[in-house]
Amino acid sequence: MRLLLGSILLLLATFGAGAQQPASVPDNNPETIQIGLSTDRITITTDYSGTTLTVFGALTDVDQQMARQGRYDVIVVLEGPARPVVVRRKDRVLGMWINTQSETFVNVPISYSVSTTRPLQDMAQPSTYRRLSLGADYMYMQPLDRDDTPATIEEFTAALRERKETTGLYSELIGGVQFLSPNLFRATLELAPNVPIGTHRARAFLFKNGLFIKETSAQLSIRKSGLEQSIFQAAHEYSLLYGIFAVALAIVTGWLGRIIFSRD
Amino acid sequence: MNIYLPIAEMSVNGLVVLIMGAAVGFLSGLFGVGGGFLITPLLIFYNIPPAIAVATGANQVIASSMSGAMAHFRRRTLDFKLAGVLLVGGIFGSSIGIVVFAWLRALGQLDLFISLLYVVFLGSIGGLMLVESVNTLRKSRGGAVVSMKKAGQHHWIHKLPLKMRFRASKLFVSVIPVLALGAGIGFLAAIMGVGGGFIMVPALIYLLKVPTNVVIGTSLFQIIFTAAFTTIVHAATNQTVDVVLAFLLMVGGVAGAQYGAKAGQKLRGEQLRLLLALLVVAVALRLAFDLFVQPGDLYSLGPLGEF
Repeated sequence: MRLLLGSILLLLATFGAGAQQPASVPDNNPETIQIGLSTDRITITTDYSGTTLTVFGALTDVDQQMARQGRYDVIVVLEGPARPVVVRRKDRVLGMWINTQSETFVNVPISYSVSTTRPLQDMAQPSTYRRLSLGADYMYMQPLDRDDTPATIEEFTAALRERKETTGLYSELIGGVQFLSPNLFRATLELAPNVPIGTHRARAFLFKNGLFIKETSAQLSIRKSGLEQSIFQAAHEYSLLYGIFAVALAIVTGWLGRIIFSRD
Repeated sequence: MNIYLPIAEMSVNGLVVLIMGAAVGFLSGLFGVGGGFLITPLLIFYNIPPAIAVATGANQVIASSMSGAMAHFRRRTLDFKLAGVLLVGGIFGSSIGIVVFAWLRALGQLDLFISLLYVVFLGSIGGLMLVESVNTLRKSRGGAVVSMKKAGQHHWIHKLPLKMRFRASKLFVSVIPVLALGAGIGFLAAIMGVGGGFIMVPALIYLLKVPTNVVIGTSLFQIIFTAAFTTIVHAATNQTVDVVLAFLLMVGGVAGAQYGAKAGQKLRGEQLRLLLALLVVAVALRLAFDLFVQPGDLYSLGPLGEF
């Protein structure tokens, strides 16, 4: 165990240097939080079907008394790249269910996995989360058309959140953050099989007695592996040649199939 | 066996896709159609985004049509000239279809349009085939001799100008309906991700009176080119062809098609048509069900349209 902790601390020392320093330092809270990822690059290969990411973190200047009483809480979030999203609603038109109304949101993280020490509602007030734009339920999603009624925006925001949760892109793992010692914690984050490609940001939030104290973040790059990346790039950069290749592949497959199977 | 699709950007079970391809291949070998009308809805049911399902479906149709057309080429049951004229129309229709496809996608109505086209075309053609094959079966059971082609019957189509002779099909007909048919099917092929065999075969038989033995080979041969054109244009304009997904489908499909063709030889023509009709109607009903029954989730997410 001591060896493990030692290696974690070493890991932290390496990553700690790269991690962002907290933005504001209120005087009465000397604690700081730092995190290090088990890897800073995840490669998606052909057999990828989701994975877990481990984040190690350390707190400094911890009040030992409070730590023993379990007054410290940590939330770790892995935020995917943000993209505009259109949410469409189906309504009954001439007996058919057709997309009618829609609402566009400007910057929505494609994926958002949360890992916490305890359920969110037990840690802090909803207003705190809203101020921090933290957690899928409290995150601020900016509509493109601000003139829409608050009820409409609320409805589509809820639908967006719900869709993201059912497709596994937004997830919450309660108890995913565990304290290994008063100063050390480990967070497990679930990455969905359809996790987006791009630069993700891991953010850790420290709470004491239900109050937000510090935040830190680190970057994680999710890339397709060589073959997948080449195919994707070819399809976008040399799209015409890619199409011709797809056709040639089909013709050869059909022709070979005929030869192989028509022998008997 | 999980496989990550680089264009769809999702992980699927490779075995399921292979089996899907094999099952459709079996049916396409059995009935002599490309199987696009089955593969695209199946992919959509399997949560592949419709735009990718359509373009990838067109890609896999090439392989199964190629393999089918080769058999007909060997038996000389293929009219190159007729296929050529159909193709000219097909390229034209397909070009328009692709523009409409991109426009509908940006509008958010692509899924609806694809479903509607499927329901209307599969429903009406399947229904007609069902009625026709049941009648034929009933008549042949009564002992009467059945002939598909009524000799000497003149259709309004045969009165059109610009006539051309198609030797292999023993046909002397105006090029206008042939071009129009090609264009219509090309248009549908681009939007529905199908080769159009299930429309082409009955249209050639009932409208142009092409002999049945030439129809399937000619239709398959023509579809190779229409589907190839559709695939290339989809790849170039929408970047929605997933080669990995298409390849899995092709491998399964080509293998399944050979067994399907063997099974098909054991069945009679009208029995085959009845089975195909039932299959087509079943797919249409399934899609109609989705369109008319309240969906489990009223909301859907999409990327911001590029146009």
